[in-house]
Amino acid sequence: MLRIDHVSKTFNPGTPDAKAALQDLTLHVNRGDFISIIGANGAGKSTLFNAICGSFFVDSGTIFLDGQNVTMQPEHRRAKVIGRLFQDPMRGSAPNMSIEENLVLAAGNGGWMSTASRRERQAFRDRLALLDMGLEDRMKQPVGLLSGGQRQALTLMMATLSMPKLLLLDEHTAALDPGTAEKVLHLTTQIVSENRLTCLMITHNMQSALDLGNRTIMMDQGRIVFDAAGEDRAGLTVEDLLEKFREASGHKLDNDRMLLAN
Amino acid sequence: MSLTAILGLGQTALELALFNSLTVLALFLSYTMLNVCDLSTDGCYALGAAVGAVVAIAGHPWLSIPAAMGAGMLSGLVTAVLQTRMGVNSLLAGIIVNTGLYSVNIWIMGGSSLLNMNKTVTVFTLLKGALKGTAFGPYFALLIGAAAAALVILFLSRFLRTKLGLAIRATGDNPDMVRSSSINPVFTTTVGLCISNSFTALSGCLLAQSQKSTTVDIGSGMVTVALASLLIGNVFLGRRSVPVRAVGAVLGAFIFRLVYTIALRFNLPAFMLKLISSIIVVIAISGPYLKRQFPTLRRQLAVRFGRVGD
Repeated sequence: MLRIDHVSKTFNPGTPDAKAALQDLTLHVNRGDFISIIGANGAGKSTLFNAICGSFFVDSGTIFLDGQNVTMQPEHRRAKVIGRLFQDPMRGSAPNMSIEENLVLAAGNGGWMSTASRRERQAFRDRLALLDMGLEDRMKQPVGLLSGGQRQALTLMMATLSMPKLLLLDEHTAALDPGTAEKVLHLTTQIVSENRLTCLMITHNMQSALDLGNRTIMMDQGRIVFDAAGEDRAGLTVEDLLEKFREASGHKLDNDRMLLAN
Repeated sequence: MSLTAILGLGQTALELALFNSLTVLALFLSYTMLNVCDLSTDGCYALGAAVGAVVAIAGHPWLSIPAAMGAGMLSGLVTAVLQTRMGVNSLLAGIIVNTGLYSVNIWIMGGSSLLNMNKTVTVFTLLKGALKGTAFGPYFALLIGAAAAALVILFLSRFLRTKLGLAIRATGDNPDMVRSSSINPVFTTTVGLCISNSFTALSGCLLAQSQKSTTVDIGSGMVTVALASLLIGNVFLGRRSVPVRAVGAVLGAFIFRLVYTIALRFNLPAFMLKLISSIIVVIAISGPYLKRQFPTLRRQLAVRFGRVGD
């Protein structure tokens, strides 16, 4: 499904600020995998996502998505098959456009000059109703009026509307209050399992990293230092993860939020 | 001053407002929707006037309209390519194109900085002839202006609801979102600027043909005048649906013209037009900003002058 082979990326090469953000990283993801990704601040988790999405081109290595070499493909081309959510709920939708307009845009049905049919709009309403946030009755309101949680839920809906082959979640509940975060996370797992999406999720919550999905990887200094699936993963506890991290990286885990969350 | 004179004055103001409202609608697309301040507007306006005049003088009154719009589109394409493909800052791209167009426009007008259309058959003279003797006789220019503005509003209302139109709006509204989506911002910016510049050129073309002459300076200051009109319209119909806001842009052009005409009646010299438009733009943009800053400013002043802040 997704094959990342020996990918490296250095920012500001040749300067004192040079940072090897990804170092010879290899990751193979199977169709239907739900992988949680944890790691310290600056471990390269978001950089990995940026590399997959094409926010920059990698220095070396190859990225195959669904059998196609996308290594040098521009971002907007890859975005057709990738859905992505950021930590910042403001990033995923256009505030001055209505909920409906945002959804029409995200669905991407029809040609450039087409408009949404009544049936399409009704389908949007029905899907929004599943969120149970009352958004289906606010279709004509600008997205800017929604709360952060509502907006992130909407973004999730938008990202999955066109059935992406790959869903990337970059700490997408971290900026929400605990109750809303739980709700959005619940929606996420629901949508992912119902549609059998392949999903990578960065999280700072070690417990949910172990609870959710079928595989957990840990990153440090641009490398994958720990990768567990199946039986290896079944009995793991948060303490085990912390210990694994010390073993693999030779230093303590220093993600403040990650430690506070546990 | 007699009633007919006042009405005549009102009609001229209305005509000018309608012609220029097309430029306001162009900025509605590029500035309000796409969030690009297109500083090539002045040059593009004169480009439309020049191309329209040359084609009409060559004996093709109808062709002059699409020719002017096509030229505007081309100019918008250059501005767009500069800022999306060649690393030129968006404002600078407009300024560069604007400067270049000055030479291009004189070249189009055959090396002269002024073209006369006194004996030229234009869309205006054609309609004037057709309406001669009917009740609409004196209003031929008004009809053309109104028809053009209505068509552009209709087009924009419809276009901004299509997938492409929504993509253009999203590009202006949340560039972050668009960058990580399947929308190519290079494409949407280019399409947006091509369309908006075609309206700007149409605007210049119609004004030149209605006044039967054009100069290379016909568009000078146009971007500020249009921006002023746009922002005035925004005050009245800003927070509404897209079609209503487009109508608001035209309304803004009317109000701007009205204020200007009245000012002229109070013996304000005509050359003050541009200063007035500059001041209106400053007030419209800085007003809301200063209003937000006011509480802080008041506290700072209170501290400075020894009074304890409230």
